[in-house]
Amino acid sequence: MTMREQETAIDANFEMKQATTPVAGDRAVMRKALLDALSLPAFILFFTMMGFGSLARSAGFGAEMAAVASLLIWGLPGQLAMVELTRTGQGLVAIVFACSLANARFLPMVVSFMPTLARERPGLPRMLLDAQLLSINSWAVCMREFPRVDAAWRHRYYVTFASSILLAAVAGTLLGYHSAVLLPPALVLGLIFVSPLFFALVLSAVPGRAERISMLLGCATIPVAHSLWPEMDLLITGVIGGSVGFALGRRWEHGDGS
Amino acid sequence: MAADSFWLIVLACAAATFVWRALGVLVARRIDANGAFFRWVTCVSYAMVAGLIFRMIILPESDLAGVSLPVRIAAVAIAFGAYFLFKRRLVAGVLAGGVSLSALVTWLG
Repeated sequence: MTMREQETAIDANFEMKQATTPVAGDRAVMRKALLDALSLPAFILFFTMMGFGSLARSAGFGAEMAAVASLLIWGLPGQLAMVELTRTGQGLVAIVFACSLANARFLPMVVSFMPTLARERPGLPRMLLDAQLLSINSWAVCMREFPRVDAAWRHRYYVTFASSILLAAVAGTLLGYHSAVLLPPALVLGLIFVSPLFFALVLSAVPGRAERISMLLGCATIPVAHSLWPEMDLLITGVIGGSVGFALGRRWEHGDGS
Repeated sequence: MAADSFWLIVLACAAATFVWRALGVLVARRIDANGAFFRWVTCVSYAMVAGLIFRMIILPESDLAGVSLPVRIAAVAIAFGAYFLFKRRLVAGVLAGGVSLSALVTWLG
């Protein structure tokens, strides 16, 4: 078998597994959501937010303020920007602007996520609540797991998963704020490294050729965008990588499909 | 700075982040989930998230910056190796990657 055939065989095998009966029902869905959260993301967020808690303390925030930041901002890049600019004594407008820019990724993430929840005619307030709960963890895990969850139960899965990792994040923030646990540096590095690693593995199973090409192009674009315009690097990367990936993917899909 | 102004910072930052989420909801309510625009936004999200992860590994701003690039790349390779070896179990990949980074840092250290 050539490399390519092997890959196709693995993919086919994987898709067959996905095609088995999707999870449905109250208990089964909640169970899956909690297991998926507790298997890794809850712990990763707990440790990451411990780091945020101790940084927030060093910048002069109170414990309850740090916890509320994790709860309501719920986007680490923005939280870090807030803490860093506050620590260096910037003004309110500069802090809020930097935080907002660092979290601007929520716009395309929410747009691409909402329809996958497959809710029937949700009202605006409920949709806003769903959007507030969204984080990169829930986004990536749901994109991966939704094919295995019955469409009618996806919203339940999402809310259960997202609220349990949010709880872990707030708990981690408080513990990080109050504790001065000194772990061995090598262990700390391993723990920091686990977060990008987790996302990389989660996203390796994402379906769709256009989406996969977009991710590869995103990786290729970010070093250039980062060196040219560090504040806007992710937005530039998203628009360039996503647009080219979209165009190429559609061309190929049309070429193969028909 | 007074406690009030710290609270103001936190709440203003939460509101400023919420603006993007709310805009996302408003756009999502108006688009066709089977249409080309939705597919494009999805591609943009994937490119952005992949870029963010790639940046965290290749150009980290955290303490990881002190770990040499070959070590980081080796740990990613080990993680993917373990992930596929253990039938795409995330825990296997993440554990193997994290442990091997810690071990390499200690060993080369």
